[in-house]
Amino acid sequence: MSQNTKNYYLPGASFWPLIASIALFLMAAGFSMSLNDMAIGTSILIAGGVVFAYLLFGWFADVVKESVSGFYNKQVDASFRWSMGWFIFSEVMFFASFFGALFYIRNVSLDWIEAGKVWPDFVAVWPTAGPAATEALVGMGPWGLPAINTVILLISGATLTYAHWGLMKDNRKQTIIGLLLTIALGVIFLYLQVHEYAEAAFTMAGSGIYGSTFYLLTGFHGLHVTMGTIMLAVILFRIMKGHFDSHNHFGFEAVAWYWHFVDVVWLLLFIFVYWL
Amino acid sequence: MSTTTATHHDDHGDHGHPTGIMRWVASTNHKDIGTLYLWFSFFMFLFAGAMALGIRAELFQPGLQFLEPEQFNRLTTLHGLIMIFGAIMPAFVGFANWMVPMMIGAPDMAFPRLNNMSFWLLIPAALLLIGSIFVPGGAIAGGWTMYPPLSIQQGMAMDMTIFAIHILGISSIVGSINIITTILNLRAPGMGLMKMPLFIWTWLITAFLLIASMPILAGAITMMLTDRHFGTSFFDAAGGGDPVLFQHVFWFFGHPEVYIMILPAFGIVSTIIPAFARKPLFGYASMVYATSAIALLSFVVWAHHMFTTGMPVAGQLFFMYSTMLISIPTGVKVFNWIATMWRGSMTFETPMLFSIAFVFLFTLGGFSGLVLAILPVDIQLQDTYYVVAHFHYVLFSGAAMSIMAGVYYWLPKWTGHMYDETLGKWHFWLTTIAFNITFFPMHFTGLAGMPRRVPDYALQFAEFNMISSLGAFALGISQLLFLYVVIKCIRGGEKAAANPWEGAEGLEWTVPSPAPFHTFETPPTVK
Amino acid sequence: MNKRTILSLGAAFLSLFTINSHADYALNLKTPATEIASQIYDLHMLILWVCVAIFIVVFGLMFYSIVKHRKSVGHKAAQFHEHHWLEIIWTIIPVVILVVMAYPATKTILAMKDTAAADMSIKITGYQWKWGYDYLDQNVKFISTLSTPQDQIHNKEEKGENYLLEVDNPMVVPVGQKVRLLITAADVIHAWWIPEFGVKQDAIPGFMKEAWIRVEKPGTYRGQCAELCGKEHGYMPIVVEAMEQADYDAWVVAQQDASAAASAGADKEWAQDDLITAGKAVYEKNCSVCHGATGAGIPPAFPAMTGSAVVTGPIETHLDMILNGKNIMPAWKAVLNDVDIAAVIAYERNALGNSTGDSIQPSAVKAAR
Ligand code: HEA
Ligand code: HEA
Ligand code: HEC
Ligand code: CUA
Ligand SMILES: [Cu+2]
Repeated sequence: MSQNTKNYYLPGASFWPLIASIALFLMAAGFSMSLNDMAIGTSILIAGGVVFAYLLFGWFADVVKESVSGFYNKQVDASFRWSMGWFIFSEVMFFASFFGALFYIRNVSLDWIEAGKVWPDFVAVWPTAGPAATEALVGMGPWGLPAINTVILLISGATLTYAHWGLMKDNRKQTIIGLLLTIALGVIFLYLQVHEYAEAAFTMAGSGIYGSTFYLLTGFHGLHVTMGTIMLAVILFRIMKGHFDSHNHFGFEAVAWYWHFVDVVWLLLFIFVYWL
Repeated sequence: MSTTTATHHDDHGDHGHPTGIMRWVASTNHKDIGTLYLWFSFFMFLFAGAMALGIRAELFQPGLQFLEPEQFNRLTTLHGLIMIFGAIMPAFVGFANWMVPMMIGAPDMAFPRLNNMSFWLLIPAALLLIGSIFVPGGAIAGGWTMYPPLSIQQGMAMDMTIFAIHILGISSIVGSINIITTILNLRAPGMGLMKMPLFIWTWLITAFLLIASMPILAGAITMMLTDRHFGTSFFDAAGGGDPVLFQHVFWFFGHPEVYIMILPAFGIVSTIIPAFARKPLFGYASMVYATSAIALLSFVVWAHHMFTTGMPVAGQLFFMYSTMLISIPTGVKVFNWIATMWRGSMTFETPMLFSIAFVFLFTLGGFSGLVLAILPVDIQLQDTYYVVAHFHYVLFSGAAMSIMAGVYYWLPKWTGHMYDETLGKWHFWLTTIAFNITFFPMHFTGLAGMPRRVPDYALQFAEFNMISSLGAFALGISQLLFLYVVIKCIRGGEKAAANPWEGAEGLEWTVPSPAPFHTFETPPTVK
Repeated sequence: MNKRTILSLGAAFLSLFTINSHADYALNLKTPATEIASQIYDLHMLILWVCVAIFIVVFGLMFYSIVKHRKSVGHKAAQFHEHHWLEIIWTIIPVVILVVMAYPATKTILAMKDTAAADMSIKITGYQWKWGYDYLDQNVKFISTLSTPQDQIHNKEEKGENYLLEVDNPMVVPVGQKVRLLITAADVIHAWWIPEFGVKQDAIPGFMKEAWIRVEKPGTYRGQCAELCGKEHGYMPIVVEAMEQADYDAWVVAQQDASAAASAGADKEWAQDDLITAGKAVYEKNCSVCHGATGAGIPPAFPAMTGSAVVTGPIETHLDMILNGKNIMPAWKAVLNDVDIAAVIAYERNALGNSTGDSIQPSAVKAAR
C-alpha cells in the first residue's frame, strides 16, 4: 500500500481525494438546486453531506492509523506544524474579509449614503438597518450574554492549556479533565449563542447592514466553535485510547492552536461587533 | 507496510504503484498529479479559447450576427473565469507539482494525498461552471468580476459559480499549503533558502499570495450568496450596504491574483534564460527581493481597478502612486533578464524563443499597465479595449507563453523524448505573430473609445476588430499545433539525455529522463 | 504607372479592409472638448513617449545582445553576475521617471475633483438600459434611449453614420458654463462616459457621485455606458449637445412647455382606444427590451406579458407592479408620466394576446402614486 523511502513516509494510493470531490460536488449542486426551488436539491445536498461525513471518518481514521503505527517522523511532524499554521492564517484572512466589510461600511459607505441624498432623511448612526428601513434598530449590547460568553471562552483557553500541561507530564487524568472542561465550556458557549440569536430583536434578513454583518460574523465564528468542539471531542477520544504521549501529540496541539485562534476572533468580535 | 526498505530497485513498478485508471484517480505521486493538472489546464485552455473565438466571431463585424447580447456576455464571463481559474492557475500548479520536489531534492510533496485532493477538486468546480450553461437562465453574464447588483440579478448559474469558486478556493489553499510546506520543510540538506532555484522562490511567494487572497474572495462571494438568498444587504444601499464594497473585497483578492498568475512565469523564465545564455542569472538576490516586493505591494494597489467609482482624492492618489511603484521591482526583473543575456553564448531553441518573447511582450503589457495606473488616463481607458489589450499582453504573452516555454523546456525530462524542434519553432512563430495581430489593434480601439463587454460596436471600430478576429482564429489554430507537438513527444522521438540542454543547471537534470517514479529516495546533498 | 493608377490601386486595396464607407478608424484618444480632457490627452502622450523611449533603450540592448552574443557566431559566455552599482542605478532611474509622470497626473486629479462653484447641476440616473436626465434648477426632466433601429442592429438595413451612438433625447448643455453632474443609478452599476469631456463616472445605485464639465465648443458629443449592466449594456449610448447660451435657454423653455402639455393630458378623460394606441409606443420604447415586442418575454428571467397573471388579473396589482417594480422589474413612477403609465396598462391588457377589455384613466394613476 505505501512505500517508505529512507527518510520519509509516502502514503500509498488513496481514494479519499476522489470521494472528497464527489462529496463537494453533490453538496454544491444540491445546495444550488434547493436555493432555486428545485425539490430534489435538498436530498442531493444531504446525500453529499453523508458522503462528506464518511470521508472525514475514513480519511482521519487512515491518518490516525498511520500516526499510531509510528510512520510519522520528526520531519513529518514539522510539516504538520507548518501546514496547520498556514491553514490558520488562511482562516484569519477569511474573517478579515468580513471585518474589512464591517469597517468599510461603518467608516465610509454610511457617510456617503447620508451625503448622497438619495434618501434625504437618512442619518448615519450605528447600528442601522439602512436608509430604507422604517423602524429604528436596537443593536446587541456587549454587557450581557456577550460578556459572559467572552469569559467562558477565555476560561476555556485556560482549561485547554491545563490539559496540555497534563499531556506534557504524561498525566492522562489531568488531560482528560482539562479537555472535558473545555468541551463543556464550548457547548455552553454555543448554547448561549443560540439563545442570543433567539432573543435578538433583529434578524439576518431584513435588518439591513447591521443584521447582515452581525449574523455573518458571529455565525461563522459559531461554526468554527462548533468545529473546534467536535475536534476537541475527537482528541479526547484519542487520548482515552492512549494515542498521545508527552513527545508525540501534534494532533492535540493543532486543535489547541485552532481553539486559541477561535478565541482571538471572538475577542475581536466582542470589541468590534458588540462593543464599539 | 511499516518496514523501512533501505534499498530500492529501479524496477519497483510492481509493488505499490497502481496502474491503469487507478494510477491517476488514486494517485499520491507528484509527477502523475502534475501531469493531471497540466492536461486539465490544457483542455480548459482550449475550451475557454473556443469561447474567445465565439466572442471574436461575433465581433468580426458590427451588428449582431451569431449571438444574442446575453449569450455574448455569458461567453465573455466564462471565458475570463475559465482562463484564469481553469487554465492558467492549474497549469502553474502542475509545474509546481512536477518541479518543486525535483528541484529541491525531495521524494514527493509534503502531503501527497492532499495534493491529489487539490487536483480532484478541480473537477467538480469545472463541472459546476460548465454545467451552469445548461441550467434555466443560462450561465452567468455579469463578467468574471461578478459585480453586484448585476450578479444579484443572475439566476441559478450564479449560485453554481459561487460554489465552484469556493471549491476552487479550497483546492488552491490546500495546494498552496502543501507547496509552502514542501519548500520550507523538505529541501535537500545544504539547500539554504538563498540557494533555492528561483522558480522555487517565485512559487513560495505565489503560494503565500494564494493563501492570503483566496479566503478574501471566498468571503466576498459568501456575502454575495447571503445577499442573494438570505436577505442580507451587504451590497444594497437601501439596507445600508454598498455595491462598491464588493469591488474592494474582490480586488483585494483580484490584484494579488494577477501576480499569482505572473510570478511563477517569472520563475520559469528566470530558469530558462540562464540555461540558453549559458551564463548564471545576473542578480539572484535582487530577483528574490524584487519578487517579494511585488508580492507585498500587490496588497496595497487594489483600487486601481476602481478609479472610476469616485473615491475621495486621497484614496485616488494613494492607489495611483502605489500602483506606479510596482513598475520598479518589475523593472529590476526585466533588466536582470537582459543582463543575463548580455555577453552570454545564446542559442535559440523553442523554450528560449518563448522566453525572449515573454520578456519583450510582457514588458509591453506592463507599460500599458503603467498607462492605466495614471489615474486621469485610466478615466478614459477604464472598461475599454485598452484594458483588454493590457491584460492579454500580461496574461497571454505573459502567463500563457511562459507556460509554453516551460513545457518545451521540461518536456524531455517529463517524457524522456525530445520534442520536434522544427514544429516547436513553427508553433512559436505562429503564436507570437498571431497574438500580436489579435491584441495589438485593441490598444487603438480602446483609445478611440470602444467599451469592453459589448457584442456590437460603432462603425469606426470595424477595421481593427476585423483584424483582431482574423488574428484570433490564427492564434487558436496555432494552439492545436502545440497539442500535436506535445502528443508526438509523449509517444516517441529522440531519446533525451539526463541533461539535454547544454547550459541547464539544477537537481532535476541530475536524474535520468524520464525522471524515475520517486525522484530522490535519499536526498541529494547540495554543496 | 502614373500617380493616378497607383493611388486608385492603393484605394482599392484599402477598401478590402473597409466594410463600410462611414467607418473611419482612429488610433488615439478623441479630440478633447474640455480643459480636463486636453490635460488627459497631453498626459497620455507624455507617458506614451516616455514608455516608447524606455522600450527602445531596453530592447535595443536586448536585440543587440541577441545578435552579437550568440553561440552560432562563436561568442563565449562571460560569467559575470551581480553588480551593485548597476542594480542601484536601474532602480533609481525608474523612480525619477515615475516622479516625472506622477506630478502632472496629480495636478489633473485635483482639478477633476473640484466640483465647487458650478453654474448649474444636472442629475443623471442610469437605468437598465437608458439614461435619465434631471435639470435640478430648471425643472426639466427626461429619459434618453438608443434610437438606432433594430433592423440596423440585425443587419437588415444599412447602418447609419452614428450607428449605436444616437439617442432620442440628447442631454443639452450650454457652452462655457461649469456644469456639475450628479450621477447615480436606479438598478445596477452603469458608467456615464463622454470621451471628449474626459469624464467617466460610475453610476452606483444608492450613491450620488459627482463630476463636472465645461464644454468649450458647441457640437454633438457621443459616448457610451462603460460598465457592464446586463444584456443591453452595449446599447445605452450617451449623447450631449453643447449649445450657445441663447439656444440653450430656448431649449429649456421648449422642454418646460412640453412637460406642461403632458401633465395637462393627465387631467383629461381618455378614450380606451387612444390609450391603447399611445401605449404601443410607450411599450416598445420602454418595455420590449425585457418583455419582448410581442409580449413573449425571455423566460425565466423576464416573464411573458401574454397571459400573465398580473396583466390579466386585477388592474390595481398591475398598476402597482408598474409604479413600484419588483426585483429586476424597474419602478416606473419616476420615469413615466401618468398618461404613459395608463397607456401602457391599456396596451398590455388589450394587445399582446391579452383582451381583458378594461383600462385605467391617467387621473387614477396620479391618485395611486
Ligand atoms: C498577469 C497579470 C497582470 C499583470 C502582471 C499586471 C500588471 C500591471 N497592471 Fe494590470 N490587469 C490585469 C492583469 C495584470 N496586470 C487584468 C486581468 C486586468 C483587468 C481586470 C478586469 O477588469 O477584468 C488588469 C487591469 C489593470 C488596471 C485597471 C484598468 C481598468 O480597468 O481601468 C490597471 C490600472 O492601474 C493595471 C495596472 C497594472 C500595472 C501598473 C502593472 C504592473 O505590474 C506592470 C509593471 C511592468 C512594467 C512597467 C514593465 C517593465 C518595467 C520596466 C522595463 C522598468 C522601467 C519602466 C518604468 C519606470 C516606466 N492593470
Ligand atoms: C488568462 C488568460 C486569458 C487568455 C489566455 C485569453 C485568451 C484569449 N482571449 Fe481573453 N480574456 C481573459 C483572459 C484570457 N483570455 C479575461 C480575464 C477576460 C475578461 C473577461 C470579462 O470581461 O469578464 C477576457 C476577455 C476577452 C475579450 C473581451 C470580451 C469582452 O469584453 O466582451 C476578448 C475579445 O476579443 C478576448 C479574446 C481572447 C482571445 C482571442 C484569446 C486567444 O488567446 C485564444 C486562443 C484560442 C484558443 C486557444 C482556442 C483553440 C481551440 C480551438 C481552435 C478549437 C478546438 C476546440 C476544442 C478542442 C474544444 N478575451
Ligand atoms: C429591466 C428589464 C425590464 C423592463 C425594462 C421592464 N420589465 Fe416588467 N418585469 C421585469 C422582470 C424581471 C419582471 C419579473 C419581476 C419578478 O416577479 O421578480 C417583470 C414583471 C412585470 C410584470 C408582471 C408580470 C408577471 O407575470 O409577474 C408586468 C405587468 C410588467 N413587468 C410590465 C412592464 C411594463 C409595462 C414595462 C415598461 C413600462 C416593463 N415591465 C419593463 C423586467 C422588466
Ligand atoms: Cu449601462 Cu452598461
Ligand atoms: Cu490590478
